[in-house]
Amino acid sequence: MSYKKIWIFLSLLAGILACQKGIDELQTYPFNKPDYFPETEYDFENNQLTKQGVALGMKLFYDPLLSADNSISCASCHIQSSGFAHKGHARSHGIYNKFGTRNAPAIVNLAWSPFFMHDGGIFDLDFQPIAPITNPVEMDEDVEHVLEKLRADRNYKWLFKQVYGNEDITTAQFLKALSQFMLVCISADAKYDSVKRGEAIFTNSETKGYQLFLQHCNQCHIEPLFTDNSFRNNGIPINPSFNDKGRSLVTLRDEDDYKFKVPTLRNLAFTAPYMHDGTMNTLDNVFEHYTQEIQNFKNLDSLLIQSNGSVGIILNMEEQAAIESFLLTLNDYHFIMDKSLAPE
Amino acid sequence: MKRINIFLIMLFILFSSCKKENTKIEEGTGPLSVEFDHVVGNADLSLGAGSYTNSSGENFSVDIFRYYVSNFIFTKTDGTVYTVPQSDCYFLVDESDEETHEPLFELPTGSYKSVQFTIGVDSTRSTMDIEDRTGVLDPTAVAGDMYWGWNSGYIFLKLEGKSVASSLDGDFMYHIGGFGGYSSSTINNIQTVILNLQDRGVPEVKIDGSTNIHLFVDILKLFEGDETVSIAAHPMEMFTPYSTTISANYKSMFSHDHTENE
Repeated sequence: MSYKKIWIFLSLLAGILACQKGIDELQTYPFNKPDYFPETEYDFENNQLTKQGVALGMKLFYDPLLSADNSISCASCHIQSSGFAHKGHARSHGIYNKFGTRNAPAIVNLAWSPFFMHDGGIFDLDFQPIAPITNPVEMDEDVEHVLEKLRADRNYKWLFKQVYGNEDITTAQFLKALSQFMLVCISADAKYDSVKRGEAIFTNSETKGYQLFLQHCNQCHIEPLFTDNSFRNNGIPINPSFNDKGRSLVTLRDEDDYKFKVPTLRNLAFTAPYMHDGTMNTLDNVFEHYTQEIQNFKNLDSLLIQSNGSVGIILNMEEQAAIESFLLTLNDYHFIMDKSLAPE
Repeated sequence: MKRINIFLIMLFILFSSCKKENTKIEEGTGPLSVEFDHVVGNADLSLGAGSYTNSSGENFSVDIFRYYVSNFIFTKTDGTVYTVPQSDCYFLVDESDEETHEPLFELPTGSYKSVQFTIGVDSTRSTMDIEDRTGVLDPTAVAGDMYWGWNSGYIFLKLEGKSVASSLDGDFMYHIGGFGGYSSSTINNIQTVILNLQDRGVPEVKIDGSTNIHLFVDILKLFEGDETVSIAAHPMEMFTPYSTTISANYKSMFSHDHTENE
């Protein structure tokens, strides 16, 4: 072999190694599952978190380019300071000042969620963004058109290439990047979590509230995620202008009429208004509902029916105050102020 | 000597297996297309233009007619079965796009007695990773308007048109889907069609040939069957229990008209 050939061979080899290095530079994003959390539902095998992937997902999440008139981003209705819910908006306020029929749910701890949306119509996080993007009252856009807009943007082309090794910007690449960001919106640093980790202790009132919570609330809002991911009718009056049947829209089963997904209680100081229709503005409203105002109609959850046939949870004012003081330990200030979850 | 014997036997096995391989290659594969020819009774389907009458006596026209066909299985006259690989077995047939009317297959040579396919997208594919949803299955591109984003799943068949019988400003629309549900069971509109190919010309697949199975797809059949579907009573059906009546009817809209063996 001549020297020239050896040189060509060596430079080719160097080229290959350089390419390899480019790919190796993808840094793993640590997914820190608290040890008292259950196993995750999301399939990380097919979407391994990287720092670059999460950063791309975050940029997309905050980019109004995802909507038809480039005015609404995911973050418009999922605001970090509101625990990634839509503070002050009973129903989601989307494009062209249109309103949806339900309250924007919080994007939090989604890796542990087997279903998305209040009715659970979506069962794979990667497919979730299609719904708000294409909904005429949310972002009113075609996903294919979003991809075209991204492909026309040099910065995005470069970022996608960093993450995926090419600048095709496919449907799967786009959706998986969004998942990467949503998956790292983990709230596990409230006072409750510090207590779980043995780093803090509850006050007397919080301790009493915790006991009452375990007795009256934990059947559906199971700790540490504070949801059992089931669908239930909790007796909220039907709004006749929507007659939203919830879960049965997806299952078409009579026994699922008016059932909605049990939401997490984490970050409740930031996520008001409450309930699938956003009709309750304060925690006091919620207590009033569960103790006095539950409507007994089709498929009301049996846990809300007393043995004597009356409906509601029996709690005196003192007990309610104790539960409230416990619930406030679920507010995760680190989560809503975490700089890594917002663009600089 | 014993060793040589074994060597000779081995050599013989090697050659005979090679020979077998060769015969197989000689058999080879050839092209076969399945043509979906849309008609309304005895009339050709003409989008926006034609006027037709269903078995309820309702006049209607058609603006959109498209549907998924998938999971093709061909059976030879000798009984051997050829299942089209997953990578090549999903098609979106759209009346408005002629290029979609004749899915093309590469089949082992021979004569075929039947074809089986699914109208819609099977539940396995309907729950696969987003990376396995490319081409006509990409829920954001080609399939964009054949996919329910709010209730993850493909729309298997879409028929939209106009009819004075409809109370919805004269529009009627059927968006039929539902793969049976992910975690809790619900409507399943996945329909399987099996067509006998022996009465109207047995397709002969040859290496250098060109075989076409010409199917008629009769929209009128959607309105008739065990239960008559009337536009007046059902101007719009999407993800509803009644959609199963419609899919049970349209399952019968496919028939083998003739075969072109060239």
